[in-house]
Amino acid sequence: MSAVAQRNEPPEPRRGGPSTARAAGLTSDLRTIKVVWHRELLRFIGDRPRLIAGVAQPVLYLFVMGTGLSAMVPVTSGVPFRTFLFPGVLCMAVLFTCFFSAGSLVSDREGGFMREMLVAPVRRSAILFGKCLGGTTVGTFQGMVMLVIGAIAGVPMSLELVVTVILELLVICFAITAFGVALAARVRTIQGFMALLQVALFPMFFASGALYPLSGLPAWLVALTRLDPLTYAVAPLRHAVLDASGQAALAPMVTWGGFVVPIWLDLVIVAACALVALAVALPRFSRDDA
Amino acid sequence: MSGSSERRAAIVVRGLEKRYGDVHAVRGIDFEVEHGEVFGFLGPNGAGKSTTIAILCTLAAPTAGSAAIAGYDVVRERDAVRRNIGLVFQETTLDEYLTAHRNLLFHGELYGVPADVLPERIEQVMRMVGLWDRKDSAVSTFSGGMKRRLEIARGLVHAPNVLFLDEPTIGLDPQTRSTIWGYIGELRERHGTTVFLTTHYMDEAERCDRVAIMDAGKIVAVGPPAKLKAAVGKDRVQLRTDDDAAAIAALREKLRIEAKIHEDTITFAVPSGEELLPRLFAELSVPIRSVSVARPSLDDVFLSFTGTTMRDAEASARSEQTGAKR
Repeated sequence: MSAVAQRNEPPEPRRGGPSTARAAGLTSDLRTIKVVWHRELLRFIGDRPRLIAGVAQPVLYLFVMGTGLSAMVPVTSGVPFRTFLFPGVLCMAVLFTCFFSAGSLVSDREGGFMREMLVAPVRRSAILFGKCLGGTTVGTFQGMVMLVIGAIAGVPMSLELVVTVILELLVICFAITAFGVALAARVRTIQGFMALLQVALFPMFFASGALYPLSGLPAWLVALTRLDPLTYAVAPLRHAVLDASGQAALAPMVTWGGFVVPIWLDLVIVAACALVALAVALPRFSRDDA
Repeated sequence: MSGSSERRAAIVVRGLEKRYGDVHAVRGIDFEVEHGEVFGFLGPNGAGKSTTIAILCTLAAPTAGSAAIAGYDVVRERDAVRRNIGLVFQETTLDEYLTAHRNLLFHGELYGVPADVLPERIEQVMRMVGLWDRKDSAVSTFSGGMKRRLEIARGLVHAPNVLFLDEPTIGLDPQTRSTIWGYIGELRERHGTTVFLTTHYMDEAERCDRVAIMDAGKIVAVGPPAKLKAAVGKDRVQLRTDDDAAAIAALREKLRIEAKIHEDTITFAVPSGEELLPRLFAELSVPIRSVSVARPSLDDVFLSFTGTTMRDAEASARSEQTGAKR
């Protein structure tokens, strides 16, 4: 069923015995990543409530909050408020999807399945990497669902927008999942993880400028937004969306003093955060003695 | 790795020790398990069984000594050991959201079972535990006994040399327990798989080829159950009479046997209970209502080697542990 699993397997030495010959490390790693990733997808697809919540929540934000707030904020520099809000809501949706995906690490430990993975003759780093790729896949899928919802809400779409958003999401979702995994690697209970969600995720989301422009803020909030890694994830998405409306010039870019941070640098910062998160997660996870 | 005998044995343990801070959980144990043997680890909770099994399964590092599975060192050749062992823990480690079949498929892929033999292998082990017709059901719909059976099947997917079963039948109904023992017998006879299990059920230890009795971090006796019991040497005779006091006095005077009353029954131990019976009827003037002769159990073996019953040892191990933690 998988090309990965068939590759270069030595024939079995003994009557039905295990393949004692040391399987090539890379083959074993790829196989592990594939299994963990595949399982993540099956879990996502099998979880109906999560799928429904994944659609219902952004719809609520975009249609109800977006419509309600636009009555209060009549003009957002010529862009309909819903269009302005869309990248923020998109970001929120993938944020939660990826974070919950990382949280399955905690439920695996509670349910006992973690032990099955930890005693397997595989590398822990491959397990973590598979988990992050799983989160990336379901997060990006969630983003695509969001694009459909956005189109229905009247956000202008183009092929370029769709392609750009998907490519950006691959980086962003990987980073968010890696961040979630770094947190989840230490947490023992789902309740603990939910508490972390409240403490870490909501402040990050609110400080990211997902729901308001980045200019004209008080100095302390400016500092906070620039320190928030999520800010650098929201900016590229918002630029892509406003670009499709022909309003790229209005997209609020991140600025450091007078320096305008280009989109590519935003994404480099996000990718760097992903590496830091993985570097934190791996030793935490490796120390885990099942 | 030294010596061909170490290669031949499925498990070789030499001078194994494990300390957790002040707690000396395993205090230098030695034993070997032959290929195809069903080897039982018997002892109270806190005796060091779980620690030993954790070291053998590469989940804990020994403080001193060595252990090898199928010729691979548990510290230096960890992945090779892991590929050669199957593990069934006390707590379930199945993915409840996935189907039974998918659980086994993922396991096979993680352990690098070649894709061309995996489907056949999975069908074989699922049929063995009688779950093939439930292969597409989510594990969350399974009963406790079905889950345990599925875990045993999963532990066999990669055709391990040694199957480790940590308290395999704990919390299961008698029928499932005997079913699981059926699999263990089948594994030994048909596939020559070595089975290493821990238990604190005496009747289960009786079914092993050999038993190691562990207490307070040490192995106090190893051998086939029948041999261990023979070493204890005494049968337990229980006697009900119309006048217990007179019977006890008569036993002392005529047969030189010291008897005591346990649970309203006169109880004493003799080397050969059956040979005593004719003399008992001939010489005891008190009317006898019933007699029973019991061969020594592993319980008696434990008692004779440690001077305490398993239940008492368990209680004192618990209080010692909590004391050490303080």
